[in-house]
Amino acid sequence: MTDDKDVLRDVWFGRIPTCFTLYQDEITEREAEPYYLLLPRVSYLTLVTDKVKKHFQKVMRQEDISEIWFEYEGTPLKWHYPIGLLFDLLASSSALPWNIIVHFKSFPEKDLLHCPSKDAVEAHFMSCVKEADALKHKSQVINEMQKKDHKQLWMGLQNDRFDQFWAINRKLMEYPAEENGFRYIPFRIYQTTTERPFIQKLFRPVAADGQLHTLGDLLKEVCPSALAPEDGEKKNQVMIHGIEPMLETPLQWLSEHLSYPDNFLHISIIPQPTD
Amino acid sequence: MPSSVLWAVDLFGKVYTLSTAGQYWELCKDSQLEFKRVSATTQCCWGIACDNQVYVYVCASDVPIRRREEAYENQRWNPVGGFCEKFLPSDRWQWSDVSGLQHRPLDGVALPSRHWEWESDWYVDENFGGEPTEKGGWTYAIDFPATYTRDKKWNSCVRRRRWIRYRRYRSRDAWAKIPSKDDPEQLPDPFNDLSVGGWEITDEPVGRLSVWAVSLQGKVWYREDVSHPNPEGSSWSLVDTPGEAVQISCGPHDLLWVTLWEGQALVREGINRNNPKGSSWSIVEPPASENGIVHVSVGVSVVWAITKDRKVWFRRGVNSHNPCGTSWIEMVGDMMMVNVGLNDQVWGIGCEDRAVYFRQGVTQSELSGKTWKAIVASRESDRSHSGSSSSLLSAGCFFGDEVRGSGESCAPSDTDASLEADRPGPDQPVPAESVDGPRNSRDSSASGPGTGRTTERAVEVPGPATQTSGPEPGPTTQTSGPEPCPGLASSPAELPWTNIDLKEPKRAPGHSAAGFPETTGLSSMGLLPLGLEEPYGADDHPLWAWVSGGGCAVEAHAVLKWFTVQSGLSPSVQTLSLSIMPAQTAAWRKQIFQQLTERTKRELEHFRHYEQAVEQSVWVKTGSLQWWCDWKPHKWVDVRVALEQFTGLDGARDSILFIYYVVHEEKKYLHVFLNEVTVLVPVLNETKHSFALYTPERTRQRWPVRLAATTEQDMNDWLALLNLSCCESRRVHGRPSPQAIWSITCKGDIFVSEPSPDLEASEHRLPCDQMFWRQVGGHLRVVEANSRGVVWGIGYDHTAWVYTGGYGGGCFQGLASSTSNIYTQSDVKCVYIYENQRWNPVTGYSSRGLPTDRYMWSDASGLHECTKAGTKPPSLQWTWVSDWSVDFSVPGGTDQEGWQYASDFPASYHGYKTMKDFVRRRCWARKCKLVTSGPWLEVAPIALGDVSIIPESPGADRSGHIALWAVSDKGDVLCRLGVSELNPAGSSWLHVGTDQPFTSISIGGCHQVWAVARDGSAFYRGSVSPTQPAGDCWYHIPSPPKQRLKQVSVGQTAVYALDENGNLWYRQGVTPSYPQGSSWEHVSNNVCRVSVGPLDQVWIIANKVPGSRSMSRGTVCHRTGVQPREPMGQGWDYGIGGGWDHITIRANATRALRSRSQETTTDWSGEPGLPSTPSRVAGALLEAHGPVCC
Repeated sequence: MTDDKDVLRDVWFGRIPTCFTLYQDEITEREAEPYYLLLPRVSYLTLVTDKVKKHFQKVMRQEDISEIWFEYEGTPLKWHYPIGLLFDLLASSSALPWNIIVHFKSFPEKDLLHCPSKDAVEAHFMSCVKEADALKHKSQVINEMQKKDHKQLWMGLQNDRFDQFWAINRKLMEYPAEENGFRYIPFRIYQTTTERPFIQKLFRPVAADGQLHTLGDLLKEVCPSALAPEDGEKKNQVMIHGIEPMLETPLQWLSEHLSYPDNFLHISIIPQPTD
Repeated sequence: MPSSVLWAVDLFGKVYTLSTAGQYWELCKDSQLEFKRVSATTQCCWGIACDNQVYVYVCASDVPIRRREEAYENQRWNPVGGFCEKFLPSDRWQWSDVSGLQHRPLDGVALPSRHWEWESDWYVDENFGGEPTEKGGWTYAIDFPATYTRDKKWNSCVRRRRWIRYRRYRSRDAWAKIPSKDDPEQLPDPFNDLSVGGWEITDEPVGRLSVWAVSLQGKVWYREDVSHPNPEGSSWSLVDTPGEAVQISCGPHDLLWVTLWEGQALVREGINRNNPKGSSWSIVEPPASENGIVHVSVGVSVVWAITKDRKVWFRRGVNSHNPCGTSWIEMVGDMMMVNVGLNDQVWGIGCEDRAVYFRQGVTQSELSGKTWKAIVASRESDRSHSGSSSSLLSAGCFFGDEVRGSGESCAPSDTDASLEADRPGPDQPVPAESVDGPRNSRDSSASGPGTGRTTERAVEVPGPATQTSGPEPGPTTQTSGPEPCPGLASSPAELPWTNIDLKEPKRAPGHSAAGFPETTGLSSMGLLPLGLEEPYGADDHPLWAWVSGGGCAVEAHAVLKWFTVQSGLSPSVQTLSLSIMPAQTAAWRKQIFQQLTERTKRELEHFRHYEQAVEQSVWVKTGSLQWWCDWKPHKWVDVRVALEQFTGLDGARDSILFIYYVVHEEKKYLHVFLNEVTVLVPVLNETKHSFALYTPERTRQRWPVRLAATTEQDMNDWLALLNLSCCESRRVHGRPSPQAIWSITCKGDIFVSEPSPDLEASEHRLPCDQMFWRQVGGHLRVVEANSRGVVWGIGYDHTAWVYTGGYGGGCFQGLASSTSNIYTQSDVKCVYIYENQRWNPVTGYSSRGLPTDRYMWSDASGLHECTKAGTKPPSLQWTWVSDWSVDFSVPGGTDQEGWQYASDFPASYHGYKTMKDFVRRRCWARKCKLVTSGPWLEVAPIALGDVSIIPESPGADRSGHIALWAVSDKGDVLCRLGVSELNPAGSSWLHVGTDQPFTSISIGGCHQVWAVARDGSAFYRGSVSPTQPAGDCWYHIPSPPKQRLKQVSVGQTAVYALDENGNLWYRQGVTPSYPQGSSWEHVSNNVCRVSVGPLDQVWIIANKVPGSRSMSRGTVCHRTGVQPREPMGQGWDYGIGGGWDHITIRANATRALRSRSQETTTDWSGEPGLPSTPSRVAGALLEAHGPVCC
């Protein structure tokens, strides 16, 4: 018998095997070996790449090193997106391991935010959590928490401590018994085909007639282009954490179980692979 | 919380019920009759029908209402014929009652009414005081009347035997007419109002009810001897009143109010346990003299009233001591009537719209509630066409709302409400005016002054106008209406249809009341949804005449579905939500699980050698707690604690708990490896939030590490964290396995342990102090399990619970708890204190004792002072739910005021006063309630005293239903049908008749059912098998000499019993041909509970188990050396203890691997399935273990 709790573990312990290669134009003193790492899907690039940074800095001169950034097939990788989202959105159809190019020069100012330290990641992460709770509980839960609880959420993520994180996060996933779900579902829908970074709208988990909204209902409402037309061919994949949940899946359940640690459902709409 | 129902009568006299779990009014199962008034309790409903007769409707139950009739057959000895029917002239009848004074031939014993039937024929009672008599049930004496013995002596001149026969009440789920008057001399004075209550006046005799009625002449009548076993009562007796009564209301406890014709209220005083009819009346004046009271309704400590001007009033300051209360408060709203139900919840019927209103926000602290909320539930018959209604229609006798089906039947089955609203025409009831009209008018005259009938009559006049102007219900619908119902052709077709108008115009005021400001009366009562916001609900809302909530238990914070109109859900769908183990099998969920597994495989399988991006680190939680120090004098000392978690090389998590303390200004610490902890037990009392931590070493010492936190939340956090760490280090996760061993502490906490295969090994057995126990949410007194995962529990309040397959709950939230299958659970128990008095020559018994005496208010031992005011609930989890009341059910009996007498403290007490008695005491009880959560669902409605599930050996056939037997709290033996892994709650109870109440039951692996009766003797049930689940008859088995048994447990073949003095007995000589065995053999003493499992392993809860530092009561012990050839074993192995009350190992059929190869056990596990008859089962066993059984 499988329990819903196991989904939380599977989501948390999702790992992407990654091969980091130094960009060919970077100047090195000796040849830089690629670096292999299992990246936690739910974490952020700049939070888990200390080892990568150290590895490549060893072969470089001090003066050639400025802020590290990553690129995949020409696209700079936004560190403030969870790793799993980046992979699903950009690389899910390619072979593993995921080949990421490491840069130390020519920071793409227009594409990426600077990440001077882990504090920046923490600030971004906490603001996402707060925004999500504003949607879910009018910020009531997050505001009732103590500073140390906020810290425990962050430390749980940073140290990859599932128990530590969920001991607090479960409070953010509760809702009043007399209601059937959150006030609004915190979600973001990403598409590679549009310029717009993502879609985010107010959407309730329960319809006016008491029926639970499903993933399909959400897409129909906010991103109808993602859905295959009636009896038409499926053109897109709707992906969360590397899987394609059925469109009948209740949105509330998805929000409780497949949200990233920032409490958002990050949904990738990617073209159906042709092969 | 199981569902209960609200009863109501609509304007046409049809009786409906509305379940607290439902959202539709359901037509009463027996709908032949029309009613004016009903008054409900949880078990039954009394009513006055339109024929002015009184009826009682007893709800169906799996347990029959049965009463024993008995008669004695007497004989005298004479030298010629021996014992025969030749008597002395002065002798009694040959057939008599117990006293011998009354002639009582067997064929002269008649059923009291046609609502009873005989269960079987007369038979001789062979049981004499717990001992079987052999010689045909005869008992002997020197002469009548005298003491009888079971043995014939040389001087036995007379003998007698008892014949018994049971009768059953058969009119269940049906209205049974109560004979109008027993005395034909009295005038036929029809009843006008009736009220049932009084079930809380006393707990015993169980189920006593007070039924009061008011006749048209204004007299008050009381129905004698109404109780659960005698639902009809015996006769009406007149109770004098100082005025002419028109209406009456009787509360669950001792409140009884009557409305007088003149507008005052009469309050009955002096109602108590010994005098449920009360002794005197006092008069309460109405709030204003010009508007007299026309209606009252009372609860436990509330009185609501309606005055002539339809205003609603709440009486302030009403309680047992002051039943009259102090003053009136006017409430919002205009009501026809109000009714107070269980928990003092209130319902009313709106004056203008005739809707049923529920008073929201009624709590113990705010008895007057907050607002009226209209119940908009529609009738089930408005939605689905039922077969019974069409048969009624064709019968052409009575017409009610249900016959509207004539129009409905041609509509598509998935009609939604808007569709219905479009067609109100055929939806209308078709009451024959000729029948209904006069009845209504008679009704109005009967219902006393100032009823609202006149206003209704007035609005009927414009009826036809509205009807013709209304576009929808035009003649076209009418013509289409009758077509599908041929029955109508034979009935007077014109009359019914004109009568449609009756309802249509009456609805109009309902609309206007909501829509227009001039009818302000109801606008503040939440009526708006009816008229405006609901697009359709209002149109077919029924019009009500009477409501009764006496059987409707609405918890203060319960969520009801009565207030919204639900579309699309059929009544059958809503009940599904209550089913156990909701299928976690939705396609989308399965697919997510599957994809996640595939994803992990895809992304990780070939890359496990990659380095992890984040290294695991040590994590520490610290805090301040108090510790019960190890040195003398023992006391709580402040300590710092730290829990260090680290990950080992193999990825396993382990933790150490450090406790830093200061002794003699020296800093010290002690540490506990959490992988050595065997159990964490919360120890809550009035003041401290503490828990005890055991390791095998600490278990042997009987001295746990005890830690206390300052707040409950803090303690729960630590407990949850420590538990999680323990489970993690032992890799225990998720729900307990079907083989799990369950146990319960004296605090009602539930623990579960996964059995190791070595636990029952013959060599290298795992010592049971090393078993790891983890807590499961909930509160129980008894738990029983079986190896197919079926687990049942019984609460302190005797509620039956079934395990849902979840884990966690209670204080275990978040990760330590499953997301589904956790439900609210509550339990109620009593706290007892004693009032002690000593006799002195001046004042008699008084609370002035001798200087050496115990406290005048004390606990049972007399050592601790316990006053009414100073006694608190057992822990902060419990809250009081009643006031102190005298407990009359104490062993030894009491006098009328509850006193027990003795010559001195402490001594044995008796329930009557003698010359030698200088002291007396009485027991006071107060109920307290706990609300928690856990993986348990209630199995309503029958309360249980004991339960047993068949133990199954691993090789057994696992298809088919699982045998489960139980004893109800009243002592009825029950057999549960339809129990399986998928439906662990089963479907229904099968009642198994007994001649006396039973207390304990156990079913063995071969369907051997053993039970213990209240007289302390044992019984064996013959011929129980899967095909005959209830068996055929009981065999009486005497208890061990001079001992009264209290519990029995049957394993695969072994039978153990426990007596009231703590002796454990093994049944010798149990053989297949003689499964009752031959004799009891003493095994051990100081035992308080025994559980024998499918391997015939024996586990007990024992007292006075020695430890190296202290002695513990309530200790789990395991019988060692139990072998097929030595079923009684050799000694005890001591496990966890100190406050354990209950254990069941009946699910553990896990045999040690090595012993499988042994010859005897191969035979056991190789046993094929379960043969159909017990004798054949036993036969198979004999071949395998012949020598064992002999």
